[in-house]
Amino acid sequence: MQKNDWIASTTISILLLLACSIAIGGCSPKDSESFASKETAQVIKNKGSDTMVNLAQAWAERYVDVTSKASVEVSGGGSGTGVAALINGTVDIANCSRQIRPKELEVATQNTGKAPQEFIVGYDALAVYVHHDAPLDKITISQLAEIYGENGTITLWSHLNITHSDCPSDKIIRISRQSNSGTYFYFREALLGKNRDFRIGSLDLHGSKDVVEVIGRTPCAIGYSGMGYATSHVKMLEVAVDDNSPYYPPTLDNVLAKTYPIARPLYMYSLGEPTGEVKGYLDWILSEEGQKIVEKLGFVPLESN
Amino acid sequence: MNILRKKSTANLPFSETVIESFIRLCGISSIVFVFGIFFFVFREGAGFLFSGLDLKEFLTSVQWQPTSLNNKRYGAFALIVGTFSVTALAMCLAVPFGLGAAIFVSEFCSSKLRETFKIIIELLAAIPSVVWGFIGLTLMNQLIIAVFKAPIGLTMLNGSIMLALMSVPIIVSIAEDALKAVPDSYREAAEALGATRWQVVYRVLLPAAKNGLLAAVLLGAARSIGETMAVLMATGHSVNIPSGPLSWIRTLTATIAAELGEVARGDEHYQVLFIIGILLFTITFVVNLIADLVIKGIRQE
Repeated sequence: MQKNDWIASTTISILLLLACSIAIGGCSPKDSESFASKETAQVIKNKGSDTMVNLAQAWAERYVDVTSKASVEVSGGGSGTGVAALINGTVDIANCSRQIRPKELEVATQNTGKAPQEFIVGYDALAVYVHHDAPLDKITISQLAEIYGENGTITLWSHLNITHSDCPSDKIIRISRQSNSGTYFYFREALLGKNRDFRIGSLDLHGSKDVVEVIGRTPCAIGYSGMGYATSHVKMLEVAVDDNSPYYPPTLDNVLAKTYPIARPLYMYSLGEPTGEVKGYLDWILSEEGQKIVEKLGFVPLESN
Repeated sequence: MNILRKKSTANLPFSETVIESFIRLCGISSIVFVFGIFFFVFREGAGFLFSGLDLKEFLTSVQWQPTSLNNKRYGAFALIVGTFSVTALAMCLAVPFGLGAAIFVSEFCSSKLRETFKIIIELLAAIPSVVWGFIGLTLMNQLIIAVFKAPIGLTMLNGSIMLALMSVPIIVSIAEDALKAVPDSYREAAEALGATRWQVVYRVLLPAAKNGLLAAVLLGAARSIGETMAVLMATGHSVNIPSGPLSWIRTLTATIAAELGEVARGDEHYQVLFIIGILLFTITFVVNLIADLVIKGIRQE
C-alpha cells in the first residue's frame, strides 16, 4: 500500500513536470511574438567593446532625436562578447575594437546564414598612461615590449634610466586588461606581434575607465587605454616605434596622419547587409552628425570626404 | 486516533494528492538540479580533460596563457594558490569576528538587542557581492594604500576583507544556532558550580558546540571559495603567486567569470574553464562534505 502510494505520487510528479515544461516551451515563442508586434518603435540591439560603450551610448542617446521609429539599446562586455552575441543572433550590431577574426566570421556565417558586414566608424588611439607625477614623458614600442612581453628585460623603473622618487619599490606595476577585451589583443599585437605573449603577473582590470582610475592612484603603474579616457590624474606618454624614430603624442592630427604608432580603427558589424532601421542607424553614425559625437568623446572621426 | 489517520490518508481527496505530489516534486527537483548542473559542467569539460589537457601542467604550472596565438598554456597553479590563500586569510579575519559575534548574541546580550543584531547581521548577508567588489575597488583600495603604504590597494588583503565581511553573517547565524542548541541544563549546572559567565562559555559551551562551530566556519569558507565578483574586482586579478597579504592574486572563480564570455563554445579554452569549474565543484563538495560529517557528529553525540 505504502509503496503504491509512493509510485502513484511520483508518477504524478513527473507528469506535472512534463506538463510544466510543455507549457513553458509552448507559451514563450507566442508571448514574445505578441510582445514584438505591440512595440511601435523597433529596438536595435547593440553590444560589444568596452572601449566603444560610451561612444555607442552617446550615439544611441542622440539618435532618439533623429527618429522615433527606432531606439537603440546599448551594452558593453568586451569585443569578444559582442561578436559572440552576433554569432548567436541576439544583437543587431556588434561593436568591436578589433577586426573580426576569420574563424568568428566563418562561425557567424554558418550559424546565422548571413555574413557579418564590417563598418569602420572611427579611430581610437591607445594611449600609454602613467601617474601624473611620474618622471617619464615618452617611451618606445620596443621598451613597452620589454615591459609587457614574456621574458622581457624591463621590470624596474631604473631599467628605463629614471629614478622614480614616488615609487620606493622601483618595480613597474603593469596594468593590463582582461583577455575578453579588444584593447588587450590590439595592444599585444601592436607591441609583441603574433608570436610573443604578455608576461603573467600584470593587473588585469575590467574596463577602460578602471585602468585610468587605478593608474591615477598608483605612482608605480604603467598602463594602456583609449585616449578618450584621460583624466587630470594621469599623463599620456609620447610614443615612438624605436630609439631612432620620432616621438608622437596621441592627438587627433597624429592619428589621422598615421604617425602615432598605436592607433586602430573601431568597427561595427551587422549581420548581413543592413536593412531598414539598422541601415538608417549605421548611415547616421557615418554621417557628419554621427562623426561629431566621435570627436566629442575623444576618439578620432573618419576623415571627411 | 492512529487508525483514523491511516484511513484518511488512504482515501485522500484528489487535490491533496496533487499538493503532495507538488511538494515531492520540489524535493526531488533540488537533487535533479544539482546533478544536472554537475553533469553539464562535467560534459562541457570532459572532452579536453581526458584527452589533450596536461593535468600535471594544469595543477603545477603558473603559466596561464589561454589566449596566446601559438603557444597556449593552461597552468592553473597560481589560480589555485590564489583561491586558497585569499580564503585562508579571509577566514583568519572572519572566524574571530564571526564566532565572537555569535557568542555575544547568544550568551551576553539582552533578547531585545539580540533581535536587532540578528536583523543587522542578516542585512549584511543581503548586500550583493558586486557592491562589495565596488567598495573594494574604490574605498578599501585607498584605505590600504594609505594605511600600509602599499603601491596599490587591489591586493589579496583587500579581497580577504571583502570575503570576510561576506562570510561573517553565515558564520554568525550557524554558530549562534549551534550555541543555542547546547541544553540550558549545561549552563545552569556550570553556574551552579560557581563558574563565571566567561568560564561557562569557554569551558562548557565551546567544547559542547564545537562541531557546530566548526561547521559554521567550513560553510563560511565554502562561501568564500565560491565567491566571484568581489574577488574579481578587489584582488587585482593578476596571475601571481602571492608573497604576502599585499600581493595581488587571481582566483579560480574570477578567471571563469572574466574569460567565459569571450571564448567560443567548445573551444579548448572554453573546456579548460569548465575543468576549473569541475575543480571548484570538487573543492566545495569536499568542504561541504566535511561540514556535513561534522554536523552528523554532533547528532550522534
